[in-house]
Amino acid sequence: MTIEKHQHVTEVSRSVVFNESDHSSPGEQVDTKTVGQVTVDSPVISARHVNVHYGEKHAIKDVSIDVAKNAVIAFIGPSGCGKSTFLRCLNRMNDTIPNAKVTGSITLDGSDIYDRSQDIVQLRARVGMVFQKPNPFPKSIYENVAYGPRIHGLAGTRADLDDMVQSSLRKAGLWEEVKDRLDNPGTGLSGGQQQRLCIARAIAVDPEVILMDEPCSALDPIATAKVEDLIDELRENYAIVIVTHSMQQAARVSQRTAYFHLGDLIEVGPTEQIFTNPVHKLTEDYITGRFG
Amino acid sequence: MQSSTVVVVIVLLASFAYQWARRRSINLVGGTRGVRNLHSLPAYYGMYVALWCALPALALLGLWHLFGDRVILQMVLAQMPTEFQHLQAGEAGLVLNDIRNVVSGAVPAEMARPAVVAAAQHWRQLSHQGDLVGAVLAFSSAIVVGFLALRSVKPEMRARNQVEKIAEWALLACSGVAVLTTIGIIVSVLYEAMHFFHFVSPIEFLFGTTWSPQIAMRADQVGSSGAFGAVPLFTGTLLIAGIALLVSVPVGLFSAIYLAEYAARGVRTVVKPLLEILAGIPTVVYGFFAAMTVGPLLRILGERLGLVVASESALSAGLVMGIMIIPFVSSLADDMITAVPQSLRDGAYALGATRSETIRNVVLPAALPGIVGGVLLAASRAIGETMIVVMAAGLAANLTANPFEAVTTVTVQIATLLVGDSEFDSPKTLAAFALGLVLFFVTLALNIVALKVVRKYREQYD
Repeated sequence: MTIEKHQHVTEVSRSVVFNESDHSSPGEQVDTKTVGQVTVDSPVISARHVNVHYGEKHAIKDVSIDVAKNAVIAFIGPSGCGKSTFLRCLNRMNDTIPNAKVTGSITLDGSDIYDRSQDIVQLRARVGMVFQKPNPFPKSIYENVAYGPRIHGLAGTRADLDDMVQSSLRKAGLWEEVKDRLDNPGTGLSGGQQQRLCIARAIAVDPEVILMDEPCSALDPIATAKVEDLIDELRENYAIVIVTHSMQQAARVSQRTAYFHLGDLIEVGPTEQIFTNPVHKLTEDYITGRFG
Repeated sequence: MQSSTVVVVIVLLASFAYQWARRRSINLVGGTRGVRNLHSLPAYYGMYVALWCALPALALLGLWHLFGDRVILQMVLAQMPTEFQHLQAGEAGLVLNDIRNVVSGAVPAEMARPAVVAAAQHWRQLSHQGDLVGAVLAFSSAIVVGFLALRSVKPEMRARNQVEKIAEWALLACSGVAVLTTIGIIVSVLYEAMHFFHFVSPIEFLFGTTWSPQIAMRADQVGSSGAFGAVPLFTGTLLIAGIALLVSVPVGLFSAIYLAEYAARGVRTVVKPLLEILAGIPTVVYGFFAAMTVGPLLRILGERLGLVVASESALSAGLVMGIMIIPFVSSLADDMITAVPQSLRDGAYALGATRSETIRNVVLPAALPGIVGGVLLAASRAIGETMIVVMAAGLAANLTANPFEAVTTVTVQIATLLVGDSEFDSPKTLAAFALGLVLFFVTLALNIVALKVVRKYREQYD
């Protein structure tokens, strides 16, 4: 696509470099229309000029962004802006959708995940995902968490597997609540517990990145608070990308925020700066609630 | 008056009552604007009155037809000459038959006894009057009850609740039909089977290993001793049904998995209906396919391999039957697999599960109840199937587990026992009912076991 087609893009100059905040130290220079600092030093995921087409629809338009290690980046934007679509590019979940076409490059630790030689199974073991609606398997709590280690052959013995299940449940803050009923079906838990079970299931495979697609949108405020606390703790070990509709949530849990609008990545910056002092007009309108 | 005419008139009356009650309910609250002051919508008042108008009248008409005949019969007999008054039960039945025949015109009046002819006349006259009385009763009931119901229409009357109550009863009655039919079948089969067990002890029937259902006409004839051991029939049934399931379950399940998970949309829309056509082919056609094509083919193949295969073998019947019931398995399994939510698949894919791992560990367990349901349906079809076995597996009641030999099944024997002139006081005929009874309990047990299995292993999503 061309810049002239989109009035809002021409309002600002390209690639404004922002202050040297701790989480967005500048890396390489990227040719992009996005406002703010899209790159970071030693990123775990780097997306460059990514375009996604669903048939005729151009869902993601030339998006470039880095995901930093041990940090949470939030994707915000109005419905249909492409934030979930972009998230699903990062572990190739769009592959299951017929007639979805992804171009550009996305690298995980320097290797292209859309390369022919990239095995999708290994990729997804390294990039875990938590969905909008809790989707525990209709199996026991134990089996839900053990599923990933089992299919990837991570546990040699039953004792190893037990350890993995326990430590994953602990990391997900669910162990104390379920330790006495590991054999009960995972679908019998409350919504918030189910979502934390899904997080435990994702981290049992020991991924590098966890993608979260509106993980709290189906939860009540108390369960949401628990999951948000959990996200903050998980940051110590994982890079986390979270798509959210709630700006308060983005402000609470993330260090960097990216604002998407109609398939364009409008602005990326430190969360504090995005919410207090957005540069782009569209970002400001969205943040202040004038739009979206 | 014809009772069909009466029914039509009652329905007309009811629809008239509907309109009237509807309008009356609207008028009661001063026109359409006042409808919100009514407890129910005007149509419910209409329905309420129409139902009260029609249902009691129809019930009355039905009762009249059920019992009116008997009343007329008594009246006719009472009017007959005295020598007909004190007959034995059997003779009375004969006279009654004569009268009926004259009434229906099957026997010309000139050939009957004068007393019978007179009685027939009397009968005709009475039944004509009876029809009139019934019609008048039904009409007056419709009008009176309908009018009373109409009078009770008031804004605060809960017409909707009443109508819905009646609808609930109607639904109950519909489900009752199925249950009552089952009970009726059991009772009738049980009754005849009890007769059979007067002749042959249940022990001999259930555990005897020779099946040779014949009854001596004379004591000295050849083969005068019949044997009613049903074991060969049940082993034959199990053998053939087992072969059929061995074919249909894997093929049906795997084709369902392919269609639901792998096939492109275009392939699916073509293949699925084609597969389901298999279930629409008449079993007789399968039968001669088995007898004419598969049977001889298996025999030739067997000769090449040095095996003795009868041209009528359990194997050929089982194989063809297996093909026939593939759609039962595949269609139901396909529906259940497609019904498993995409979010579960996504969850597995996101953990790095491959497609086959996702299907094996997540999709199939979630779809299990439907799959077992399909297998069960297929098994019932296989056990109940008659025509293919008659044509392809023969009638010889061999007690064998060798699929290359001829066997026979329970249903085939039931069919052959009841074909032709049969008397209902010989064990040969009655054996059919005993077989039916046992078959019924076998399939019932199968269903219960399958239900238990499903309940134990099912993984419930949502």
